[in-house]
Amino acid sequence: MSNAELLKVTTMANAIAEGRQPEYLFWVGCAGSFDDRAKKVTKALVKILNFAGIDFAVLGTEESCNGDPAKRAGNEFLFQMMAMQNIGTLNAYGVKKIVTACPHCFNTLKNEYPALGGEYEVIHHTQLLQSLLDTGKITIEGGEFKGKRITYHDPCYLGRGNDIYEAPREVIQKLEVELVEMKRSRAKGFCCGAGGAQMFKEAEPGNREVNVERAEEALGQNPNVIAVGCPFCNTMMTDGVKHFEKEGEVKVLDVAEMIAQANDL
Amino acid sequence: MQLVSIIAFVLVFSAAVALFVINIRKIIRNINLGKDQTINDNKPARWRQMFLVAMGQSKMVARPIPAFFHLIIYVGFVLINIEVLEILVDGFTGSHRIFMNVLNFDGFPLYNIAIAFFEVLAVLVLIACVVFLYRRYILKVPRLAHKDLDGWPRKDATNILAAEIVLMFALLVMNAADHTMQTAGFTFPISTPLYNAIFHGMTEGAMHTVVLVAWWLHLIGILAYLNYLPFSKHFHIVLAFPNVWYAKLTPKGQFTNMESVTNEVKAMLDPSFTPPPLAEGEIPKFGAKDVNDLSWKNLLDAYSCTECGRCTSECPANQTGKLLSPRRIMMATRDRMEDVGKSLDAKGPGLADGKSLLYDYITPEELWACTSCNACVQACPVNIDPLNIIVELRRSMVMEDSKMPDSLALALTNIENNGAPWQFSPADRLNWAQEN
Ligand code: SF4
Ligand code: SF4
Repeated sequence: MSNAELLKVTTMANAIAEGRQPEYLFWVGCAGSFDDRAKKVTKALVKILNFAGIDFAVLGTEESCNGDPAKRAGNEFLFQMMAMQNIGTLNAYGVKKIVTACPHCFNTLKNEYPALGGEYEVIHHTQLLQSLLDTGKITIEGGEFKGKRITYHDPCYLGRGNDIYEAPREVIQKLEVELVEMKRSRAKGFCCGAGGAQMFKEAEPGNREVNVERAEEALGQNPNVIAVGCPFCNTMMTDGVKHFEKEGEVKVLDVAEMIAQANDL
Repeated sequence: MQLVSIIAFVLVFSAAVALFVINIRKIIRNINLGKDQTINDNKPARWRQMFLVAMGQSKMVARPIPAFFHLIIYVGFVLINIEVLEILVDGFTGSHRIFMNVLNFDGFPLYNIAIAFFEVLAVLVLIACVVFLYRRYILKVPRLAHKDLDGWPRKDATNILAAEIVLMFALLVMNAADHTMQTAGFTFPISTPLYNAIFHGMTEGAMHTVVLVAWWLHLIGILAYLNYLPFSKHFHIVLAFPNVWYAKLTPKGQFTNMESVTNEVKAMLDPSFTPPPLAEGEIPKFGAKDVNDLSWKNLLDAYSCTECGRCTSECPANQTGKLLSPRRIMMATRDRMEDVGKSLDAKGPGLADGKSLLYDYITPEELWACTSCNACVQACPVNIDPLNIIVELRRSMVMEDSKMPDSLALALTNIENNGAPWQFSPADRLNWAQEN
């Protein structure tokens, strides 16, 4: 497939106008849409979806913030306004399945939208990647990560928040890497510092930044790559690695980017 | 003489139980300051959760060393209470070791075997208590040497360990000095050597006095312990069970939905929607400013807290030097409830004392340090949810008092106006698809 074909995206509006009902809605999220680093992950995932022949569409300009930062900050009004607006859009398009690369979007859409009338089957992109690998829709042979040391940082809203620990790990294992665990991993995973709307405010006074503490722990494993599954963890860990001036040696990559790169997508 | 002893026992026992009931009722009253919340869904899962987490101590295993010693004290406490049952029956009837003849069968001295087992347990409990004192005061395990516990909470923990040590000693001495028991031809693992070393050769009368003193010491010790519980973090030995039963079953990431807000938002978006009428005199209030705005389950959480600090030791905010400590959130909630309760007991203003949980007991700086990561909830051995209280207090700050950090206020304004926390135009949301 050409790069242009791999990057092809349709909006729900267009798909419906063409009389198609895509199987998946890819919920891109604010970071995935606007943040330069996260946009790369978005594109990596789009390439994988097209490569695997998944029938998907995005909401495009009809998508809005899912409301997670508002809810965690305590502004339930704003959260519910955003939620109901999004639910209106999703329901109008008859969306059944949603995939997203952001654990915050994942958590809100999956757990908090049903009470407001939005019931969908929501999966995180690492879960979709796992099933694509398991069903052979994508395969990996060797690839640039083979034999590399990788440590995976659990996003709070995927791990503890929704008990998803294995899907991302199994996807990473498929790259034939050496997966090394930090002391605080899985249910004991240490936050990157961005959740609960912290991403959008200055940290409270303390001795240290949370992301610096976490990056130090990850770097302690001497990894080639710190794998993440959340755009905010990605920013936080990237900044943390820069703090230790290790950005030359250690990369912070989303699991989707690793799969795309291993397949030369 | 025996009658005097029975009367003394009945008086002491009834007074202790009455006092306990009075204090329990105060706690129930305090917990009922909280808002109603019906929790009775999925009972099988709730029982399972209780058996696993409370009875089975399943969340303790994350830290094997304290889990092991805690298990000894827990099992010791439960089993040795069987001997306490005998003490109570003896006290009421004036009998002496009433189960001894009943349970010592010919060729199978069940009673003696049980007592022998309890003695071993008692020694293990003693060792566990010493280990815990060692961890607190010599090893200074960070979560136990933490400033959250300065003052009364640290004394409380020491009192409990000291009391357990005294009680176990009394139990062993009571057995060792028991002439009938020690001369019946059975070797008890702890008390028989003790008997041989100390009491052998003493007159029967003197030994009888020792037994009597140890018996009363044990009894009074237990009753004092019982009445100490309502004032102590040690009350978790009772509340852990209901607290785990009522704990959240939904995914940890899922926050509660505020129905009062849903009605207002629906009315805003759809003018034809009529929200259900409010009850007479009800002013809609968002989030929690004080303990009566929290649910009774939040308040039960606060009374169930063991002050172990597992939550705080895993809290990313606390571990990087921020003011927030989830344990302190629970302790402050309990302190507030108890202050309100004391004021009510003294016919004072209670909740209307001009103070509130938010601002006077818990500060915005603490609340704004939380990343909502759920590490505290995950770590808690009795399934307490400090995050839920934090969010309720944030809701009050934000929705009632419009107080929040400026940068955050800006992000929320962006969400409201542009549909994203940053200042980008919603029209540009799909631009990434065109970029290369
Ligand atoms: S949820 Fe908040 S209080 Fe609990 S551990 Fe995480 S940062 Fe600390
Ligand atoms: S909330 Fe739970 S983990 Fe934290 S101190 Fe209390 S009992 Fe321990």
